[in-house]
Amino acid sequence: MHEVALLVNGEARRGSVEGRTTLADFLRHELGLTGTHLGCEHGVCGACTVLVDGASVRACLMLAVQADGAIVETVEGLARPNGDLHPLQDAFRETHGLQCGFCTPGMLMTIVELLRENGAPTEAEIRDAISGNICRCTGYQSIVDAVLKVAAEDRGAP
Amino acid sequence: MKDVADCHVHAPAVGRAVKRLEDPALLTGKGRYLDDIVLPGTLHCAFVRSSVAHARIDRIDVEPARALDGVHAVLTLDDLMPMLTSGRMPLGASPVADRNSSTPFVLSNREVAYVGEPIALVVAASRYIAEDAAARVVVDMSPLPVVTDAIAAMEPDSPTVRTEIRSNVMSSFNVGYGDVEQAFSEAAHVFSDVLSQHRGCGHSMEGRGVLAEFRPGGELCVWSSTQMPHDLYYMLQTMLGLNQDQVRVVTPDVGGGFGPKYCLYPEEIALPAAARLLRRTLKWNEDRRETFISSIQERDQYWTVEVAVDADARLLGIRGRLVHDQGAYAPKPVNLPYNSASSMTGPYVLPAYSMDVHVVHTNKVPVSSVRGAGYPQAVFAMERTLDLIAVKLGLDRAEVRRRNLIPPEKMPYTKKLKARSGAAMVYDSGDYPASQAEALSAAGWDDFPIRQKEALAAGRYIGIGVANAVKGTGRGPFESGVVRVGQNGKVSVFTGATAMGQGLQTALAQICADELGLAPDDVTVIGGDTSKTPFGLGGFASRQLVTAGSSVHLAAKSVAAKALKAASVILDVPQDELELRDGQVRRRTGNQTIALGELARMLRGAPGYAFPAGIEPGLEASVEWRTDALAYANACHVVEVEVEPDLGHVELKRYVALMTPAG
Repeated sequence: MHEVALLVNGEARRGSVEGRTTLADFLRHELGLTGTHLGCEHGVCGACTVLVDGASVRACLMLAVQADGAIVETVEGLARPNGDLHPLQDAFRETHGLQCGFCTPGMLMTIVELLRENGAPTEAEIRDAISGNICRCTGYQSIVDAVLKVAAEDRGAP
Repeated sequence: MKDVADCHVHAPAVGRAVKRLEDPALLTGKGRYLDDIVLPGTLHCAFVRSSVAHARIDRIDVEPARALDGVHAVLTLDDLMPMLTSGRMPLGASPVADRNSSTPFVLSNREVAYVGEPIALVVAASRYIAEDAAARVVVDMSPLPVVTDAIAAMEPDSPTVRTEIRSNVMSSFNVGYGDVEQAFSEAAHVFSDVLSQHRGCGHSMEGRGVLAEFRPGGELCVWSSTQMPHDLYYMLQTMLGLNQDQVRVVTPDVGGGFGPKYCLYPEEIALPAAARLLRRTLKWNEDRRETFISSIQERDQYWTVEVAVDADARLLGIRGRLVHDQGAYAPKPVNLPYNSASSMTGPYVLPAYSMDVHVVHTNKVPVSSVRGAGYPQAVFAMERTLDLIAVKLGLDRAEVRRRNLIPPEKMPYTKKLKARSGAAMVYDSGDYPASQAEALSAAGWDDFPIRQKEALAAGRYIGIGVANAVKGTGRGPFESGVVRVGQNGKVSVFTGATAMGQGLQTALAQICADELGLAPDDVTVIGGDTSKTPFGLGGFASRQLVTAGSSVHLAAKSVAAKALKAASVILDVPQDELELRDGQVRRRTGNQTIALGELARMLRGAPGYAFPAGIEPGLEASVEWRTDALAYANACHVVEVEVEPDLGHVELKRYVALMTPAG
């Protein structure tokens, strides 16, 4: 067993894991952060996407021991502490950017990374950014709409 | 879109865009899908599955697996049998309690008939260890002939997919009406085509999963990521020999269904049986590989179609053969090929029809509903047939359709076939030619030849296609809806309807709120919990808003009427002077009011005290709205694509989808 210590959503967390334990299983089962979902467990669907040191990673393809000392952000850290939704979460709700909600945490974290790097993405850039995240319900259009909306609002557009 | 909270609560919620009640939890990672449920002392399961398509099992050696640290049990069917009334699955979603020689086994220990078939169940301290142990189970097998082609499987000398059956042809029947032979003898033209359609899977983002909680008295609470919790509830009683009060089935948040979760699976019986055997709480989540090889698949059908038309390309008759690949087992009554054959004529007038249908087993994953349940195949077959007529006669493809669509003056139009319930197929409304005209116009159908010419000149290859469809929705026989006002004036709706992403909670809350003068977020909807509703059918066939929506609508109306009647007695005010708004019954003139919560408290009764005269206890109502008829929706899709000639890559350039709801 290996000790890992990391910062998750601003909180210092630690745990004891087997070498083979994935970051996703560690977050879900050891830390109880079940918002990170597993859809394929081989890096294809993107549902388990989290940010590690600011960069999106597949939590199913990364070992928990590799995250020792890292700053990890998950969907649970997006809303304000008072419960107010993050503007991106609000935009998803406004544009019907989710149905069953299973892919949503991974989508959100992927798009958080996109918007940090590019505050005014084009539709093509948004589609490229989420091309590694599979959604089976929405057809993606409403997700793209959500990103366009939140980016426009961020720039003060109506 | 206005916020719910911004609006006066009396503004009707139905017909207004309201934010989904489901979303705050789902957006913040607080959804509760099956694997998110954590119970103390849970053990984790993995299945040993067949790696071959057909074989006799000679020996299963579980000892190397049992020897692994952290393994609690490795179970075969023999181990589970003391907990089961049968080793063979019952027919799911069936009007009769039955099993036959085509239902799957809980675990298959003598013969396997498809890659992925469950053989043994490993129970361990973690899923990691369970998978390690599953890999150590030794299954000695002798290969048997494999049947993969449904057409070849029909030959009398074909090997069978399972040694227990004599023929791969599970059933054969004809769907038809009118004098087809005469239609063909009088035809100006006869054309024929062979259409092969391949299979696929539903692939919800969340796989299937089961959590069987063992309770001290031997009772079970079973969570399942399913579209049909009530069917599982009934089947568990049968399969485990339990009384109805000894088992409860709950559907948590479901990460997509798309049909494959509308099926009763061996894992859903094996885990509860093992939980009772081991007296432990057990969890299993399907991984993606298991989805590919064990979740229901659909759509391989082989159609041979002959069509007879008059000199004006009007349909006179269609005849042919439909071979439906059923895979290795039939877990439910086989209704997909009937859906296909009975819906082929879709939105068109067809005087005579005869389709010979053969349901054929192959050594592939069992077949049941996946997104459309047989209907898309029929649309494909019909639309290809209409294209064939147009191409052969040199006519515009849309024009051939226009000539054959049911004209609006013939509505309501009764098809010459029956729905599964036996009810007549009555298309209630619609103007199909107008729908097609609108879709064609939006897609620029008439200008396409110009665009194509320009594209060709530039070395680009574009094409355009059109298809019409009619789909029955709102399938019965009923769905349950209970509306109950709580002590705080908030309302709970309980229903057998089961959501897998449709926003059903919001929709039912809107319907209920309007009848009771409340806002949708004053209403909580609990679906798919058998301890809350004794009966339910679940999520399938685009039905829940029609069926559960109607039940909730009528139940909420009934609660509103009861609230007014009770308030009339309690306030001693004539009922016609009372109205229900903002969570209160109030006198239209004057200031007498009584809150719904107060009425609920009075109608719950107090021990030995007086009760309002002439009022039944409880501020609640339960309705199971019944229907056998379907509501038929119409669609027209037009798509323009570009094909990259070297690599064959297809890019959608325009897609127009027009949908006319059933009315």
